[in-house]
Amino acid sequence: MAATDTQTKGRVRAPLAPWLKGTATTLLSICVTMLGLLFVTFIIGRVMPIDPVLAIVGERASQSTYDAVFLELGLDKPLLVQFGYYIWDVLHGDFGDSLLNARPVSEDIARVFPATMELATLGVLVGIFLGVPLGVIAAVRRGSWIDQIARVVALVGYSMPIFWLGLMGLLVFYGILGWVGGPGRLDIFYEDIVPARTGMILIDAALARDWDVFRNAFSHIVLPASLLGYYSLAYISRMTRSFMLEQLSSEYVTTARVKGLSERQVIWGHAFKNIRVQLITVIALSYANLLEGSVLTEIIFSWPGIGSYITTALLSADMNAVLGGTVVVGLIFICLNIFSDLLYRVFDPRSK
Amino acid sequence: MTVFTKMLSGAAMGLALAVTSGAAFAETPPNMLVIANRIDDITTLDPAESFEFAGSDVSRNIYQKLVNFDPANLDGGYQPEVAESWTVSDDGKTITFTIRDGLTFHSGNPVTAEDVEFSLQRAVILNKTPSFILTQFGFTADNAADTIKADGNTVTIVTDQPYATSFVLNCLTATIGGIVDKKTVMANEVDGDMGNEWLKTNSAGSGAYKLSSWKPNESVTLTSNPDFYLGAPAMKRVIVRHVQESASQRLLLERGDIDIARDLNPEDVKGAMAADDIRIHDEMRGRLMYISMNQKHPELSKPEVRQAIKHLIDYEGMQNSFLNGQYVIHQNFLPKTFLGAVDENPFDLNVAKAKELLAAAGVDGLELEVGVRESQDRIEIAQSMQNTFAQAGIKLNITVGTAKQVLGRYRARELDVYLGAWGPDYPDPHTNAGTFAYNPDNSDAANATGLLAWRNSWDTGGLTDVVGKTVIENDRAVRAKLYGEIQATFRDTSPFAVMFQKIEQAGVRDNVQNLNLGGATTAVSYWPVTK
Amino acid sequence: MTDMTLRQWLLTDAPTSRRHARLASFYKGWLSLRSNSMAMFGLGILVVLVLAAALAPLLAPHDPFAQDLANRLQPLGSEGHILGTDSLGRDILSRLIYGARITLYIVALVALIAPAAGLLVGTVAGYAGGWVDIVMMRITDIFLAFPRLVLALAFVAALGAGIENAVLAISLTAWPPYARMARAETLTIRSSDYINAVRLQGAGPIRIITKHIWPLCISSLIVRVTLDMAGIILAAAGLGFLGLGAQPPSPEWGAMISEGRRFILDHWWVATVPGLAIFTVSLAFNLLGDGLRDVLDPKEGGQ
Repeated sequence: MAATDTQTKGRVRAPLAPWLKGTATTLLSICVTMLGLLFVTFIIGRVMPIDPVLAIVGERASQSTYDAVFLELGLDKPLLVQFGYYIWDVLHGDFGDSLLNARPVSEDIARVFPATMELATLGVLVGIFLGVPLGVIAAVRRGSWIDQIARVVALVGYSMPIFWLGLMGLLVFYGILGWVGGPGRLDIFYEDIVPARTGMILIDAALARDWDVFRNAFSHIVLPASLLGYYSLAYISRMTRSFMLEQLSSEYVTTARVKGLSERQVIWGHAFKNIRVQLITVIALSYANLLEGSVLTEIIFSWPGIGSYITTALLSADMNAVLGGTVVVGLIFICLNIFSDLLYRVFDPRSK
Repeated sequence: MTVFTKMLSGAAMGLALAVTSGAAFAETPPNMLVIANRIDDITTLDPAESFEFAGSDVSRNIYQKLVNFDPANLDGGYQPEVAESWTVSDDGKTITFTIRDGLTFHSGNPVTAEDVEFSLQRAVILNKTPSFILTQFGFTADNAADTIKADGNTVTIVTDQPYATSFVLNCLTATIGGIVDKKTVMANEVDGDMGNEWLKTNSAGSGAYKLSSWKPNESVTLTSNPDFYLGAPAMKRVIVRHVQESASQRLLLERGDIDIARDLNPEDVKGAMAADDIRIHDEMRGRLMYISMNQKHPELSKPEVRQAIKHLIDYEGMQNSFLNGQYVIHQNFLPKTFLGAVDENPFDLNVAKAKELLAAAGVDGLELEVGVRESQDRIEIAQSMQNTFAQAGIKLNITVGTAKQVLGRYRARELDVYLGAWGPDYPDPHTNAGTFAYNPDNSDAANATGLLAWRNSWDTGGLTDVVGKTVIENDRAVRAKLYGEIQATFRDTSPFAVMFQKIEQAGVRDNVQNLNLGGATTAVSYWPVTK
Repeated sequence: MTDMTLRQWLLTDAPTSRRHARLASFYKGWLSLRSNSMAMFGLGILVVLVLAAALAPLLAPHDPFAQDLANRLQPLGSEGHILGTDSLGRDILSRLIYGARITLYIVALVALIAPAAGLLVGTVAGYAGGWVDIVMMRITDIFLAFPRLVLALAFVAALGAGIENAVLAISLTAWPPYARMARAETLTIRSSDYINAVRLQGAGPIRIITKHIWPLCISSLIVRVTLDMAGIILAAAGLGFLGLGAQPPSPEWGAMISEGRRFILDHWWVATVPGLAIFTVSLAFNLLGDGLRDVLDPKEGGQ
């Protein structure tokens, strides 16, 4: 019955309705997911055996100081009421103040997120520019030595503990060889020279045309970015290879070959063109993972990104910061997922 | 396709650039001091609220105090600073400070008696964590207007008991005694918070440096105050950068990207020493490493068991291995260099004796839980204890948690054994005596979570009264002797085994001179430093 | 019949019973896996790992907990300590061997919990459809949208550090992809003639899910689990590295790296040896998983 109802309504505004309905459903599901995400985080924060008041006042506070902060945080109210207040604030764009450094969480995130974004973007670029060609070549020359190398490179990437590789990389390339910059985003005397417009130092420096700062920032980011790039390379090249194999064994490729198209045209013009959408999904997923902030990489390279921000906040019971960070990361993840879903719907004939 | 080749060559160029660019400088600029340190404990820079190590390092260089320590003569105790001189009334309850002429705040405003009055009253009224350092003298939000008063160029404070003058003045050298610029602070007041919100991230002092920026978990940048009353500091800028790992700090130091590394572990100290242009700066600090035994535990409350455990710690072995150079054996609650500190360390690892004591107490097959916070040196101490305890048949289970987690259970009197550190809050012996050996009400209801004796449910066996008397003893020599006696009893009977005192080993580039980290009594001073 | 070898019996084209058919297909899969030398290499490493864990007391030259402060941080190849000693003078080789037990324990538990949970949620959601599907998939999405290590950290922080809690936390972050996969498979199987036939014979939903849908999901699940094992080991090591996994003095490999990283500049082997161990085992799981995928799931793999 319900189905006929919508159909009659649909007939009135036929061209708009499906599109509207799709958008509404998508938006609704984002909202529900976000709300759930917040609720789970909120509950985790409340059941954690770390006392947020103690986290603020420290171990030597008197009882009256403690009580004052307890009331200030609204911890005397029921859990659901606290959650309600929190959602209300978030809807007004207010993530609250960090319990520990008393600054607005949104300000903190605006500071740490670009750092992660810069690192993740560079990392995924490395992954794309090396991983995709590697995967394609491995597929075309299946079974050759290059395929074997690609396989080993990828499997090693899947298997290496990143914190160990990071420490070793730092030791070799910074400590012994001095080829790259050390931990942190810049050498200290380059700090605060270029105005922070995007928060991504490479871009800020380029905008200010300060190439010294740019070079220095680059020398700092290159190692952690290559490291993250290696991990996304492993994944992207593996996936590219299997997508390509599927295409290359299909009939139209044989037809194209029979028609006398050059190998280049067959591979890039036909087969590769057809895996673009799948590939973008894979890349989006890989990018989303990097944007979550690679906690361990950030810790080892003293990189002030969102991963280490959330972790530090978590371990010191700074729940506003944890919630804010989780919302941002979750939102990005969901958006990238929807983005790749949309791509599928638009480009992939099979899903229509 | 062409796009692809372009991108590929772009990536190749990027790699080439990375390889050639390298670290640009081998040295920091001559008028800039760059320090690597763990500064993630800074939560606020308001002197009325700041209470952590890294915070007091910053605060000491921004704010002046009525009386303060001279980095060139720490042993000389407190010296006049904002107060030129002071007098004490006959009943010992009133101290009158005369304010020095010609001091100015960074804003250009003169430092007046009114600012001093405001700063101290403000600290009492705000009632933040460190406020107990002042309120223990009987100041409250209600009586602050009467007990802390400015008059012309003098400020008078009236305490509720005739405390030892040295005790009161020592407390005023703590971070909370910092003098803030009343006009600037009140101009930034929001909702009657006396500028607390603003001062958390800004500075309004009269010291050698002013705050340029504080990025939490990243860096603190200070700029010199050219009008500082002792002369403009040589270092125009001081940057403290948060670097978590000791290995990273050492790499930065060896490559000349920083001047001072403050969190090197013993192995990295050894390695850094081997480098040509680096020296190690040793300084005895006030921090103690101790274990405590909860007196609610039926076995731990037996005196023989407490004695036995004090004999089951491999003090020597730890000092000479993984703690090498960074902790020395010290078994008393007053750190060396404090008034009344004593040097007796009677306990050593003696399994046979411990077994005897345990047998005498009728204890067999004891199993205990020790709470340790997540830090490698403490975890190693715990593991060493686990090893030695086992030799006398005590099974020690280690529970590692974040600092806040473990602390929460400790304060709730839930842990059998706690392994932790204690640093003095202010440079007077009462700071430690008043927590280790002072517990006027041992009931759960008292909830005196600030007192270590209470956290371990220890009624102090009469030491509470002695500590109370000692703090109002005005004869310095008598006071010192009394603290010696308290510590002798404490060593023997208390459920605390104080084990080590901290030595800070900073790795320093050779060209850095006149560095002082503050010893056991205060924090680092940047203004005398030259390069 | 009587002179038919076991091999012939297994390779027959005409199985005589259900069990016969299952064994035969299993054997064929094994043969094709055996021809994949990399996968066999991976399997070999894992067999060695299991043996090392089982025979740890016989293999380890020292007590993994015995401290010797006078003999700490001995280099590789030193007398009596082939892989050197750690900060408390414990033999690294012995700790490594005993640590294999912990690694296996983690891997086994997570491999049981996470896919089982995912399978349950996914198949139920896929089979039931309607609001059950919507609710379950929203929950899956919520967990999927969480930063993985952060979720694990939060749980360990909430439950307290320790190996069991680490396993729970990792399982909690690992189940959503399985649920999605199982749901997708269920959706394709649900409307097949085969399931319809079973339903017509009067089978209830529980019976259909457990007897008919689950077995069909298992093979792709196994592949996925094997490939995820490396990630699980690394996650457990990451928690250990952050001090939230196994508690001292337990010789968990991640915790060993964490302890050893302080000496990375002068005594690099203390962190490197367990690092290599983690790497080797992860690699073994990946090689095996890659091979299994070729056998069980030919359309996805790159055979």
